[in-house]
Amino acid sequence: MTHSYYESSARARIAGLLDADSFHEWLPAADRLTSPHLAALEQSAAFDDGVIVGRGSIAGKQVFFAAQEGGFMGGAVGEVHGAKIVGMLERAVRDHPAAVLLLLETGGVRLQEANAGLIAVSEVMRAILSARAAGVPVIVAIGGQYGCFGGMGIASRCASAIIISEEGRLGLSGPEVIETVRGVEEYDSRDRALVWRTVGGKHRYLLGECDTIVPDSMEAFQRAIIACINNGEDWSLEALEREHQLLGDRVQRFGSCKDGRDIWRELGWADPDAIAMMDNDEFIAAAQGRRAKDLECADSSALEKRGDKSPHSI
Amino acid sequence: MENLKYRFDNGKPTQGVTAIVGVLGSGNLEVLVEPAALGGACEIEVKTAANGFDRIWQAVMKDFFARHRVGDIRISVNDAGATPAIVSLRLDQAIETYIAQGKIKT
Repeated sequence: MTHSYYESSARARIAGLLDADSFHEWLPAADRLTSPHLAALEQSAAFDDGVIVGRGSIAGKQVFFAAQEGGFMGGAVGEVHGAKIVGMLERAVRDHPAAVLLLLETGGVRLQEANAGLIAVSEVMRAILSARAAGVPVIVAIGGQYGCFGGMGIASRCASAIIISEEGRLGLSGPEVIETVRGVEEYDSRDRALVWRTVGGKHRYLLGECDTIVPDSMEAFQRAIIACINNGEDWSLEALEREHQLLGDRVQRFGSCKDGRDIWRELGWADPDAIAMMDNDEFIAAAQGRRAKDLECADSSALEKRGDKSPHSI
Repeated sequence: MENLKYRFDNGKPTQGVTAIVGVLGSGNLEVLVEPAALGGACEIEVKTAANGFDRIWQAVMKDFFARHRVGDIRISVNDAGATPAIVSLRLDQAIETYIAQGKIKT
């Protein structure tokens, strides 16, 4: 039997990913480090403020972790919640674990905490970069019900690597926010197929924001995390320039696309609608040479060989 | 928000390790169980978003204590509108986890 990552609580994810009996929590629920902002608003406040931080091991390697609980206020980041993640990352700078693991499930800033929440998210971003600069890879996993949105969507892209499942979603403004601000004609948040075509795991994998896509099981996430720890980071100038080039070209290449489908066609997928029905292995195999980064690296002859008719291709 | 407190005396002192179960999400609750020197009593504190259900909470907690008769234990509940059945199940899960974790440690 496989255990669904999507269906699990934050605590169940930690228990499922870490080596048995290696879990140690910092500032556990019994410390009652709850949100003063929610108390002031007379709202219920979770004992752990919706995030579990601590240390443990995966395949014998020491990791520090933070796991957001989507069930509590959609995993939203408040002042205490953010400070717990930042403290854990700063400790990683000092203690150098093999990796930091961020199990993100969040709509972004907790609106009840306004500026304190915004500052907390910016501090998380800075702390992620500090940990990486200190040589500690920061690995993000996204595969929960609430996806990863808002400021934490940006924070996740500050990390070394992102592992996502098909069910996972990654973005800045969430679907409901876009619909509220721009209208249902612009974006229908109840159109689930559209949502997954524009922020879903497969789309993020094809665009290159996520390095790894896995089936929705604890075991698959665990394997991918171990691989990320073992791979380390590519800090070469070439790698950084390649990444900048890729990001720079993106607006130009896909700027006129209205839908994920249009982007996939640009990437050389003859039948973009077939993507949604592919299982994970089938999808990864079919995506060989059809991700944004492949186009970037490929020379024009390779594009011709594949029969790419894209007007934007190099 | 409502803050409710209950105390049940003459429980059986029960060994265990601090446990938390459940999530403070709509229709759900989180339950924290901790050891406490209370002379065999079980103290329960509930913070609930739903006002005016004191008598129902009282009945659910009384049933819980009748089932388990645990003592020297402090239970803290954060509730977001869970039904009595859900509350009962979570309390059972919490006390079972508390006792099971204690057995692993010893």
